[in-house]
Amino acid sequence: MSGDLTRLAGHELAGLLASGDVSSVEATQAHLDRIAAVDGEIHAFLHVNDGALDAARAIDARRAAGEQLHELAGAPIAIKDVLCTIGMPSTAGSRILEGWIPPYDATVVERVKAAGLVALGKTNMDEFAMGSSTEHSAYGPTRNPWDRERIPGGSGGGSAAAVAAFEAPFALGSDTGGSIRQPAAVTGTVGVKPTYGGVSRYGAIALASSLDQVGPVTRTVLDSALIHDVIGGHDPHDSTSLAREWPSFAAAAREGAASGSLQGVRVGIVKELDAEGIAADVQARFRETVDVLTAAGAEVVEVSCPSFAYSVAAYYLILPAEASSNLARFDSVRFGLRVEGPGQTVEDVMAATREAGFGAEVKRRIILGTYALSAGYYDAYYGSAQKVRTLIQRDFDAAFEQADLLISPAAPTTAFKLGEKLDDPLAMYVNDITTIPANLAGIPGMGLPMGLGDDGMPVGLQILAPMFEDERLYRAGAAIEALLADRWGGILTTKAPELTEAAR
Amino acid sequence: MSEITREEVQHLAGLARIALTDDEVTSLTTELSAIVDAIATVREIAGDDVPATSHPVPLTNVLRADVVGETLVHEQTFAGAPSHDGERFRVSAILGEEQ
Repeated sequence: MSGDLTRLAGHELAGLLASGDVSSVEATQAHLDRIAAVDGEIHAFLHVNDGALDAARAIDARRAAGEQLHELAGAPIAIKDVLCTIGMPSTAGSRILEGWIPPYDATVVERVKAAGLVALGKTNMDEFAMGSSTEHSAYGPTRNPWDRERIPGGSGGGSAAAVAAFEAPFALGSDTGGSIRQPAAVTGTVGVKPTYGGVSRYGAIALASSLDQVGPVTRTVLDSALIHDVIGGHDPHDSTSLAREWPSFAAAAREGAASGSLQGVRVGIVKELDAEGIAADVQARFRETVDVLTAAGAEVVEVSCPSFAYSVAAYYLILPAEASSNLARFDSVRFGLRVEGPGQTVEDVMAATREAGFGAEVKRRIILGTYALSAGYYDAYYGSAQKVRTLIQRDFDAAFEQADLLISPAAPTTAFKLGEKLDDPLAMYVNDITTIPANLAGIPGMGLPMGLGDDGMPVGLQILAPMFEDERLYRAGAAIEALLADRWGGILTTKAPELTEAAR
Repeated sequence: MSEITREEVQHLAGLARIALTDDEVTSLTTELSAIVDAIATVREIAGDDVPATSHPVPLTNVLRADVVGETLVHEQTFAGAPSHDGERFRVSAILGEEQ
């Protein structure tokens, strides 16, 4: 039965594990077999955990001994390579950290392990999460399981592709400007960027500290909720971690799915994310989805967020500025690569190491950030971008007075072809318009499937909620997922083309 | 059109400690000019009356109890270091001959 285990939703697999019908070793082996069979073509993983079966055996033994385990205990999970993991290399997709094994676990990793989840390995990503296609990984791109000539999104293309290709039921991602939600959109999967501070960033290799947020990547809304419940909550190791009690997101998802109703929910369509630059087929699926929401009782209103027009510009100032500071730690002294020649000073060695260890996009953004923070430009660029951030927060505040949730397409187009935008950084940047505002404001957002485009590739819906109201995403998201699955005869990933499994 | 010169890119690369090749300086000079044009639009709406936001959820005085926390031991700290002597990170000369 191991062939079927990879097709189950995470919560279904967890149910079989909890009841003892399936062992963690069986579940883990099934996913390792699937990885061995398809990952040669997909390249979702940078590293497969050779300790996974031992971890699974340990969980099985504890269960056999009658221990009360977490409801997800024994289920496998894939971990984005931006997260520090004891015993597994953590490279953030960069040569400068090739082979680096951290001396500690990220808090989110510690929490999934404590819940008994079994780490399958580390997933591919754009180098230091800079990118929207995974093509900026130093280890080669990940391919979209729906069409291997297309990008899986980015930066978390590896985690999204892993769950879309049934290589893992659960994965962890990180979202700085859409790196969870946009890959979800283009692979037909679900991903959530929590409220800023809702999930610990400790041990997440920092890109832009005021924007980064770790979150779940799965095939169903409930599965994301279950993982969010595990990883969320206050962490004293992260000074931006919020000390507040969060409701059960899994309970919200279950209630939302059971009701299948959006009665009385005020849903706002962001005018500025519903026109220019959105492909016709994405717009068509969005209109159809709005109709489904209306039929389910939602009260749909249009809201305006005029400052969003400046969000990409502000983001590409704030992010490089923060990244240029954060990436200063890769200095060839304490960890990672060192490139040195005879007679060189430590400064020469740093410069040679960073030249050899960073890819083109990372260098571009570090130089851009250094420029934006330079004396004479600081107020005009970085200072202005921070003001735009205030204006975007005000836009959201006003919008959420009229609506409980906001919706938009999660990405302007379906997955583009590998190589299509690689030589045009600006074209890649403007693609992030739908997802960036939530990071600038700190509010939570979800990407989930809303159908297929004219090219047969997945189209994603984005749901945004006010600060701290992640629960609303799960309640509404699960209801929308259930309504759409009724129309489609199953969730979208069940419609994905079969991948050829390599001979074992 | 923002004019970013080769010399500026070389200066920035020096500040950022990246030994760019000539080809990289050439392509970055072109790309940065275009990117800076695009992002400079933030100045259009950033009025004097708008306060800046640095963090989405501002927190202040986040402190922990003043007790010994969890720390790494030497062995863990040096495990990933390119060079060390067991107690210190080892680097090449701090000062060049002309300094």
